[in-house]
Amino acid sequence: MSGASLLRVREMVKKELRQLLRDPRTRAVIFVAPIIQLLLFGYAMNTDIRNTATFIVDHDQTSASRRLIDAFRATGYFDIVGRSDRPRDLVRALDKGDAMIGLEIPRGYSQSLTSGTGASVQIVIDGTESNSATVAQGYAQRIVQGLAIEYAAAAGRLPDGGIDLRTRAWYNPNLESRVYNVPAVVGVLILLMCLLLTALAVVREREFGTLDQLMVSPLTPSELMLSKTLPVALIALIDLVLISVIAVVWFDIPIRGSPPALLLAALLYILAGLSIGLLISTVSKTQQEAFMSMFLFLQPAIILSGFFYPISSMPRVFQWITILNPVRHFLEIVRAIFLKGEGIAALWPQYVALALIAAVVMRLAVVRFPRTMGM
Amino acid sequence: MIVPGLVAVIMSILAAMLTALTIAREWERGTMEQLAATPVHRLEVVIGKLIPYIGIGLFDVVVTTVVGLVVFQVPFRGNVVLLGVLTLLFLIGALGLGIFISAALKSQLLATQVALMATFLPALLLSGFMFSIASMPKALQLVTYFVPARYYVTVTKGIFLKGVGASVLWVDGVAMVIFAFVGLSLAILAFKKEIA
Repeated sequence: MSGASLLRVREMVKKELRQLLRDPRTRAVIFVAPIIQLLLFGYAMNTDIRNTATFIVDHDQTSASRRLIDAFRATGYFDIVGRSDRPRDLVRALDKGDAMIGLEIPRGYSQSLTSGTGASVQIVIDGTESNSATVAQGYAQRIVQGLAIEYAAAAGRLPDGGIDLRTRAWYNPNLESRVYNVPAVVGVLILLMCLLLTALAVVREREFGTLDQLMVSPLTPSELMLSKTLPVALIALIDLVLISVIAVVWFDIPIRGSPPALLLAALLYILAGLSIGLLISTVSKTQQEAFMSMFLFLQPAIILSGFFYPISSMPRVFQWITILNPVRHFLEIVRAIFLKGEGIAALWPQYVALALIAAVVMRLAVVRFPRTMGM
Repeated sequence: MIVPGLVAVIMSILAAMLTALTIAREWERGTMEQLAATPVHRLEVVIGKLIPYIGIGLFDVVVTTVVGLVVFQVPFRGNVVLLGVLTLLFLIGALGLGIFISAALKSQLLATQVALMATFLPALLLSGFMFSIASMPKALQLVTYFVPARYYVTVTKGIFLKGVGASVLWVDGVAMVIFAFVGLSLAILAFKKEIA
């Protein structure tokens, strides 16, 4: 790049930064909103269940049935919101959403326990919240089984030489979903920022009629594109550092891997995000169109990233589509670096994928750009 | 069983997106003065901006619902009319919110950003669609009461999956009436200030 070109880009970047940052409302959106969002969503994104509203129907009313209920309550996972001796009330509580799980203890529960024939209890779960339902079901099962073993042991009927299953969760020993989710929120917020700031960048100049002015300036299309992307890249990096620090300090998310590896991934990811935003901006005629197109990309990108739903359980075709999704690769890198402490050596396919996506989309945008400007 | 909730999330984003730019656009293009010079009343402008988008929104609900039923085989156990009425209420509120954002900010860039942040992520994460509200910290549970998608997610899940009726959903219905009223009032207020 020649000296004159460098000078032009520098001046243009200055102008872009000034234009972006002069409005206090925009400054708030750029720097304060991501922090608030991280704090809100960091707390919201919790697939661990606690205080699940539980409704009890106890037909037995014995010390044995009360012991079972206490076992549920003592774990802290279940919060007993109501009791009744009529199953109808349980149905109503589930219908209204007052309770998410119902425990029904049949008459004669205590007697079957002591007589040795074995007792059964029923658990009804509101399956409309399938995520929490599955987790709650697991906890409930464990409680009932734990109690069953205690009874068996007390009666001396514990089978010898059975299989003893011991599970341990690596990298996240307490299986806290927050540790897994907060790094992902960081990724999504950064993408949002990149897209927001670039998608409207070029189309805005056109709507305001200032694109003509830029065209008669000595800036070449690639210089213009560079000066549109550099300031956003800078802002996105600042945001990234800002919210990563908050994630680490506030939410106690461990960084087990190397920060430079993280930074490299972030750079590639930001570049990919900017390229996509720029491409949207060059193919759209109005800001409204750009906004809609951006959204059309954003929602599938988040849902098909493995953020909420594991990619391995998606239909095969969708698994292939996710290979084109930069969010997927970035999340894999971020989670692995934050939680497993892995480095570039293990994650190179994701790095390469991110770099390729960034390069291809950037190329497309560069090709489209002169046409957008009417050159 | 995420489809009914997804319908609600898509609608809440779409509604704010449709209207978020509509008034900021008039400001940026300079057509606002023309609009102000006509004898159209502010209320009429807001309603005029609202009605086409209600049509579009309702159409989208029908499309997403049909796709959910046919492609994903989601059961529909409740009352169609009830779903229609509550959807209409929800749309009025959500579209009103979009108009408010647009009229208050007067810049398409800013309106885009605020609309996305105020609707997209909260609808996804704080509505009970992905994460159970009961497991959130108390303070955050309070915040969710201000996320309109929360009520609509309850409504779609209730009607599609549980087949519950007005006797159960009236609480959410009332919340949505309040939301529609607030959304619409904010839109008219923000608009009034500008023209005067």
